[in-house]
Amino acid sequence: MKEFKVTPIRNGTVIDHINMGMALKVLKIIGVKEDVNSTVSVLMHVPSKKAGWKDIVKIEDRELDPKELDKIALISPNATINIIRDYNVAEKFIVEVPNVIKGIMKCSNPGCITNQSEPVETEFVVESKKPITLRCVYCDRLTTEIAENIQ
Amino acid sequence: MSAGFRGMDVVSIRDFSREQIEHVLKLAEKMVPIARGEERSVMLEGHVLGSLFYEPSTRTRLSFDAAMTRLGGRTLGFSEPKGSSVAKGETLADTIRMVDAYCDVIVLRHPQEGAARLAGHFADRPVINAGDGAGQHPTQTMLDLFTIRKEKKQVDGIHVVVVGDLKYGRTVHSLSEALAMFGAELTFVAPPTLQIPKEHLKAIEGMGKKPKITSSLEEAIKDADVLYVTRIQKERFPDLAEYQKVAGTYRIDLNVLKDVKKDLIIMHPLPRVDEISPEVDSTVHAKYFEQAFNGVPVRMALLGLVLGGLK
Repeated sequence: MKEFKVTPIRNGTVIDHINMGMALKVLKIIGVKEDVNSTVSVLMHVPSKKAGWKDIVKIEDRELDPKELDKIALISPNATINIIRDYNVAEKFIVEVPNVIKGIMKCSNPGCITNQSEPVETEFVVESKKPITLRCVYCDRLTTEIAENIQ
Repeated sequence: MSAGFRGMDVVSIRDFSREQIEHVLKLAEKMVPIARGEERSVMLEGHVLGSLFYEPSTRTRLSFDAAMTRLGGRTLGFSEPKGSSVAKGETLADTIRMVDAYCDVIVLRHPQEGAARLAGHFADRPVINAGDGAGQHPTQTMLDLFTIRKEKKQVDGIHVVVVGDLKYGRTVHSLSEALAMFGAELTFVAPPTLQIPKEHLKAIEGMGKKPKITSSLEEAIKDADVLYVTRIQKERFPDLAEYQKVAGTYRIDLNVLKDVKKDLIIMHPLPRVDEISPEVDSTVHAKYFEQAFNGVPVRMALLGLVLGGLK
């Protein structure tokens, strides 16, 4: 009989192929805190045919919104999203890095005007998708430090 | 190639094509007699310039003021945030919205990078960036190009050595990208901790140029056509100990200039502290005071274009 480290979920989302070591960042992105009412399972350092090692996050009774998907794409561009409904995979897709990132991360340049209390959303143009490199529309600073700056 | 200048923000030199910059320089040439006071103009009569300087400036602020006045317009604003609502904690966005209602064009200097781009989002009137932190200073770049073209007749193929604070020096960032666009060969001379940032180097390399990077001025200066000197800016260093390590690294004096080309020109965005010895001022190489004057006709051309007085 096949051994399950974590049992299948009835309804919810399985985020698979997360870059190794990024699972806790994913939890932060999807806002898993004390007030969550459903089960959240985290597998770290799982063998992966594609990448050697990967992380997996399963969250019950919850589907992700587009902003959360964009954030996951930025820190883990190969992550796959499986939406589970009544134990079946109802939808499956790979996250997609958008061409423009608005409001979901702060600029890595401490001298950038967007890090002051101005009434603007941050905005970045994706200059390269491999590795992910973003250019701040305001100060032009290039950054590859994505996980550190996600809000 | 002047289509689209009217109402345009002047935030970064990257927003301009070579043809557009050449058009500005051509018009600036025509502005020289007015800038010198030899001819009169009422081209911008009735227009108001809002001049917002959140950081000290002598040349940039006064030359914008002179440019506007020489064309018959008026200037209002502040030369330091003390005494304005900014001191009470008003956001830049709110200040811009207000000034936008009082003026026809806004000139902004601000210590934060990206400030002019932000101002452009909140203003309906054109915004001209007069320096944003360690970011861009496009009108300085245009007057530098104007000076080089005037002295050297062309920019293509000439060897420009840029020395000093290449990390925090905003004039260097804008200028080096524009020089690469115009086909100049570049050498960057700085201590390793103050070398040109990677994003600017990447932009220059993207234009097919391969600049030389060195910390030795002696080596680089021998075949230079233009020596562009910048001040090591104490106010931009987060750590004073870092400043003290590099302050005074390069000093241009007659001894440094003994083996240079006869027609080498020396430029400096000013103010200088001690990076160019006063004895150099009387040599044929010194062009930094002409360069400072050139700010007036270049800014006249830009004001004329964004306000629709010039086409």
